Amino acid sequence: MTESETIARWVKPGSRVLDLGCGDGRLLKHLWQTRQAPGYGIEIDDAKAIECIRNDVNVLQLDLEDGLAAFADQSFDYVILSETLQAIHAQEPLMKEMLRVGREAIVSFPNFGYWRARIQIAFAGHMPVSKELPYQWYDTPNVHHCTLVDFEALCAKLSFKVLERLVLTGGNPVSLLPNLLGSLAVYRVSA
Amino acid sequence: MIVVPQKARFTEPLKLMSGAVLPEFEIAYETYGTLNAARSNAVLVCHALNASHHVAGTYADDPDNVGWWDNMVGPGKPLDTNKFFVIGNNYIGSCFGSTGPVSANPATGKPWGADFPVVTVEDWVAAQARLADHLGIERFAAVMGGSLGAMQALQWALSYPAKVRNSIVIAATPRLSAQNIAFNEVARQAIMTDPDFHGGHYYDKGVVPRRGLRIARMIGHITYLSDDAMMEKFGRVLRRVTPGFDFDVDFEIESYLRYQGDKFSTYFDANTYLRITKALDYYDPAASHGGDLSKAFARAQADFLVVSFTSDWRFSSARSREIVRALLDNRRVVSYLENDAPQGHDAFLMDDPRYFSALRAYFHNIAL
Repeated sequence: MTESETIARWVKPGSRVLDLGCGDGRLLKHLWQTRQAPGYGIEIDDAKAIECIRNDVNVLQLDLEDGLAAFADQSFDYVILSETLQAIHAQEPLMKEMLRVGREAIVSFPNFGYWRARIQIAFAGHMPVSKELPYQWYDTPNVHHCTLVDFEALCAKLSFKVLERLVLTGGNPVSLLPNLLGSLAVYRVSA
Repeated sequence: MIVVPQKARFTEPLKLMSGAVLPEFEIAYETYGTLNAARSNAVLVCHALNASHHVAGTYADDPDNVGWWDNMVGPGKPLDTNKFFVIGNNYIGSCFGSTGPVSANPATGKPWGADFPVVTVEDWVAAQARLADHLGIERFAAVMGGSLGAMQALQWALSYPAKVRNSIVIAATPRLSAQNIAFNEVARQAIMTDPDFHGGHYYDKGVVPRRGLRIARMIGHITYLSDDAMMEKFGRVLRRVTPGFDFDVDFEIESYLRYQGDKFSTYFDANTYLRITKALDYYDPAASHGGDLSKAFARAQADFLVVSFTSDWRFSSARSREIVRALLDNRRVVSYLENDAPQGHDAFLMDDPRYFSALRAYFHNIAL
C-alpha cells in the first residue's frame, strides 16, 4: 500500500483538502480522481507549481513558513502535510495552523527511528542516507527529523488527538515495533 | 502575423458609473486566430495604461509596429492563436481609436476634450460586453490582463459572471493604495498645471500640455521598475565623462526618464491620462460590499489564475494574495503564482520562462 492510497482511504468522498508542499500535485489529482475531493495545493517551488498547473491541480505558490493566513478557519476537511514536516523550520505553529484551517490534519514523514537510520548513526557513525532520506547532511531540504515517538509527543504537547496511524516499510504496513521497523509514518490527527 | 485594426460602432447610449451617458461610441479592436463553430474559444485581452488594441502581430504598412504583448499572443505562443480566437480592444476614454476625449462630441462636432466623462473599469467592461455581443461571443474562454488590464479581467468575472470561464489576473490589485493614488495625483497635477493644458480644451488651441505629460510619464516609469532593476539597468552610470555641476543630464537614469517622457508626450493624450488614472483610483469592487472583498467575489463563477511578481512594489504580491484569499473564501477554483522576476511591475510584459510556461500550461488545459 502506498502513502497516497492510505490517504485516499482516509479522505471521505467529496471532502475539501488542502495539501501543503504538494509537489507536482500528484496526491491532489489522485484524491480528485478516486474520492472526488476538490482541493488546493501549496507549493513554493517554481517548477513544481508549474507542474501542478500542467496537471490541472489548483496550486498556490506560497511559503508555508509564513503560515496559512490565506485560509479561513475550518475551511477544509483535511489539511495534508505529506513528507514535508521534516523540511519545515517551525513545526509547532504550522501544526496549529493546520488544525485551525482544517477539521483534521494528515501528516506523513520519514521515521528517523527506523532501524536502518539507527544503524547508520550508531555503527557507521554517519547521518542516514537512504531511499526515504536520499540527501547528504550538508545538502538537504530537511532540517527537523523526528521519530514516531517524537511526533506523538508533539501531538500530546499541542493536545492534538491521534485518530489513526499507519506505519509503512516498502509499501507494507508495519504493526510490530513500528518506531524501529517502520520507515514512513502517516498520521491523522484532530484538535 | 499581419493584423488589421477594426472598429465597432455602438449607437445605443451607454450609462456610465458617474451617471453621465455616452450617447454613442466606437471600440477599436483587433482579432487573432479564428472563432470556432461553437464560439467557445474567444479570449479577451485587456490592456493597461498606455497600450492599445494592438496586442500582437504587425501591420502590413507598418512592419515595425509590433503588438505590445506579441511575446504572449500568437501562433505557438503561450496564448496560442492556433487554438484561441483572441481579441485585443482599446477601452473607451483612451486615445488609440476608441471613443475618447480626442473624438468628436456628437453634440458639437468638436473634440470632447475636457467634457468627455470620467469612465471607470466597470464602464470599460460594460462597453467591452457590447463588443462581445457584436462579435457573437456569449461566453469567453478567458478574459486576461496585466495591471490595469487585470482589473478588467477581475471586473468581467463580477459584472458578467456567466460570460467568463477563466479570469487571468496578472500583476493586479483589488484597489489602489493611498501611495498609488498619490503617484497618480502628482501625475495629474503635472498635466493640469501645464500652461498648455487650458482646462483640457487644448485641441483647438493647437497646443499639447507636453511638459505635464512628460513628467507624468517619468513618475509612472519610476513605479513600473523595481529599485534593483533600475540600479541594474542604469546604476550610477554617467552620460558624460565627469559630472557637469549643472542641470543637464548627468546620469543614465535621467536620460532614460527624459527619453521616455519625450516619447510619450508625442503620442499620448493628456485628457486620456487624467481619466485613466482616475479609473485606477476609483476601482474598488469591495467598496459596495462594506469593504469586504470576499463578499464582492461571491457572485464570481469563473476559474482564476492569479500571477504576481515579488519585485513589484506598485501592485505588490500582498495585493494579489488579497484577491486569492477572497476567491478561496468563495471556494473558487484558483491557482496563484508568485514569480520572483526582478523587473518590478513591468515584469508582466517580460517573457520570464517560468511565467510563460505557467500561462502556456494553463491555456493548454482550457477545454473548448
